[in-house]
Amino acid sequence: MTTNTKNISEVEISTLPKGKILNKELLMKFAPLISLVLLMIFFSFGTPYFLNTSNLLTVALQTSVIGIMAIGVTYVIITSGIDLSLGSVMAFSGVAVGLAASIGLPLWMCVITGALAGLLCGCLSGFLVTRGAIPPFIATLGLMMSVRGINLVLTDGRALYFQDYPTLRFISQGSLFDFIPYPVIYLTVIALISAYVLKRTVIGRYIYAVGSSEEAAHLSGIKVDKVKMFVYSFCGLLTGIAGVILTSRLNSGQPTVGVGYELEAIAAVIIGGTSLMGGIGTIGGTIIGAFIMGILKNGLNLMGVSQFWQMVAMGIVVIAAVYLDTLRKKMK
Amino acid sequence: MNTTLVKMENITKKFPGVLALDNVSFNLRSGEVHALLGENGAGKSTLMKVLSGVHVPNNGRIIFEGKEVVFDTPISAQEKGIAIIHQEFNLFPELSVADNIFIGREFRAGNKWVLDEHAQVEGAKKILDRLNLDINPNTLVETLSVAQQQMVEIAKALSINAKVLIMDEPTAALTESEIESLFDVTNMLKSQGVGIVYISHRLEELAKIADRATVMRDGCFIGTVDYASSSIDELITMMVGRDLGDIFPKRANKPSDEIVLEVKNLNRKGVLKDINFSLHRGEILGFAGLMGAGRTEVARAIFGADSIDSGQVILFGQEVKIKNVHDAINRGIGYLTEDRKKEGLALGLSVNVNTMLSSYDEYSNKFGVIDEQKCINISQELKEKLRIKTPDLDQLAGNLSGGNQQKIIIAKWLCKDTEILIFDEPTRGIDVGAKLEIYELINQLTVQGKSIIVISSELPEVLGLCDRILVMRNGKITGELEAERATQENIMKYATLEG
Repeated sequence: MTTNTKNISEVEISTLPKGKILNKELLMKFAPLISLVLLMIFFSFGTPYFLNTSNLLTVALQTSVIGIMAIGVTYVIITSGIDLSLGSVMAFSGVAVGLAASIGLPLWMCVITGALAGLLCGCLSGFLVTRGAIPPFIATLGLMMSVRGINLVLTDGRALYFQDYPTLRFISQGSLFDFIPYPVIYLTVIALISAYVLKRTVIGRYIYAVGSSEEAAHLSGIKVDKVKMFVYSFCGLLTGIAGVILTSRLNSGQPTVGVGYELEAIAAVIIGGTSLMGGIGTIGGTIIGAFIMGILKNGLNLMGVSQFWQMVAMGIVVIAAVYLDTLRKKMK
Repeated sequence: MNTTLVKMENITKKFPGVLALDNVSFNLRSGEVHALLGENGAGKSTLMKVLSGVHVPNNGRIIFEGKEVVFDTPISAQEKGIAIIHQEFNLFPELSVADNIFIGREFRAGNKWVLDEHAQVEGAKKILDRLNLDINPNTLVETLSVAQQQMVEIAKALSINAKVLIMDEPTAALTESEIESLFDVTNMLKSQGVGIVYISHRLEELAKIADRATVMRDGCFIGTVDYASSSIDELITMMVGRDLGDIFPKRANKPSDEIVLEVKNLNRKGVLKDINFSLHRGEILGFAGLMGAGRTEVARAIFGADSIDSGQVILFGQEVKIKNVHDAINRGIGYLTEDRKKEGLALGLSVNVNTMLSSYDEYSNKFGVIDEQKCINISQELKEKLRIKTPDLDQLAGNLSGGNQQKIIIAKWLCKDTEILIFDEPTRGIDVGAKLEIYELINQLTVQGKSIIVISSELPEVLGLCDRILVMRNGKITGELEAERATQENIMKYATLEG
């Protein structure tokens, strides 16, 4: 009996994966980053216009809006939820900025209105998912359609312009030291804060726990509904902020803007290694995912590949990323 | 008749962390009911999963009707006529009985693409008739009783012309009369020459039906005996391998007079009726009874996981209203679920995170930033104290064995400094060595002044571990016994008799 127990424990220790030692595992873990670097090397040789500071800053600028939304939806996806309403909500935020401007509010209040409009939609998603117990896919699909409709109703289908707010465009078109575009700075700050919250705070830990096992989280005393409420609201807020930036870039509130952005954001999250099953994912991964998509678009553009083929390429990248992920799981 | 049907020789099966089968041999004759006995974790189910092609053994061979065979998928075993009815049914609740019986082998109309529903219903009828069952093949399975669903599983097995039928704990959820009709069907199959493997814990019940019995322990083959000529005591000794006194630690302390938890007239419509009991500091209170008797429901009600209709809960001398799980935990109650993998642990997260999961509020500052170093120190301390076998604290909980997973959950509650711990089937799916450690741990907890409730379907466990035993049946407490004077027989009496 005693010898048998001993055997079992020896088997046990020796067959367990030893954490960080395996090289292959490490390679898989950094697969998104490695892909990003390979992609950059490829385009550096593929086109002379790719590898220079001004082009790379352009990529960063173009990626920042999707990147900010992707950060928000990363939280949601880690809890094994989903948010399909982002594109509509982002446009709603722009419309809200425009409406605030039309009644003559000062610029800073218009901006806050835009962000709060996003937050409001996020709270609504959270409410439907928790109190209504509606599956996130359905709840946010419904919102995606309704909010788009409301955008059109509020604006009568027309864009809102900002003649009286000449400084609005500086939010997105200005740059620090005349060098780094502001949106890139927003993205960086939001990414750092979000990563910190996710990794180092109680709510961050709960987000992983809920995604890993909702029932175990519940029975450990975690208020699962509050955690869900938080992630959807947070995602809504970031979408609102992204909406304000886009509004500033377009210098107008467009009710129809952002169609399909939610899918691009979700794609970035998936490419970055976050699992749709929940419990796994990082902000760093999402940022890399967003940049893989951004660089792919930019590089293919510079190489003169048509928009149509670019879409094909993007789709392949998403599938390849998920395939890599299943490979990683199989290896374990 | 009575020729050897299946011979399994020297089967060895390893899983990460466990040697599940160690050189096991087993043979089954046609037309016999062969009981497969052993404690939880003895390897019975694993052995049968090898026979039915779910697991491929690391070593050993299977001889079926005189020829060596390799079952590397469930289908390859099925094709030879080996059918298994798992404890958890493999049925599709939203499909009809006929659909369920022929799933994967549907009748098709001429062109091969269209289902021949009529033929399916007719075929199902024939099989159900053979079993003397009055079930309409068009009924949806979700509307059937558990016993009827089991019959559908048996019908499914017959539809593939099963020569070997493996039943895993078939009577666990059945009433007396349902068990009778199950036995009728079993006897009928037996007379038709089907070899039946019958996994069960209920030795008395097996006496009515089993011809031979094979006993397993800790993944090893112990022996095969004729059922009629062996006494229940003999079988138990073979299963346990030692006297009960040896596995269960001596109770290190006596419960104090202080009552920490008192439940008065707890009711939940259709589930619990007039539950009254009290728990003393340092006591181990057992809840015995059959599956579905309401024991888990009592635990969930106290823990705030289910709402109650009426009743009082008095905690440490004060009447309290437990609003939700969070509230229960903050008041010092911890619950260790029966299903560790689904409800107890976040398997995809580390040992460290799982240990701290209920306590992060206490180990973070007012902005909610976690003091990681403190957390690691505490989980390390608990890991050593409970002897959790893991290479490091970053190891995912899902990679550890059942015993170590249970210890992580215990660590979680110790970390929260929980006063009352409710263990629901504390050693289910845990191998014997680790079982002893869990028993020892539970005993030690009472020395530290913790109070324990143990819900268990294993009578020896309840008898050996607890100070006092409550027996439940149909949502009511039907008996209370001092452990010293309790026997398996009188517990079963309270658990099964009307009244």
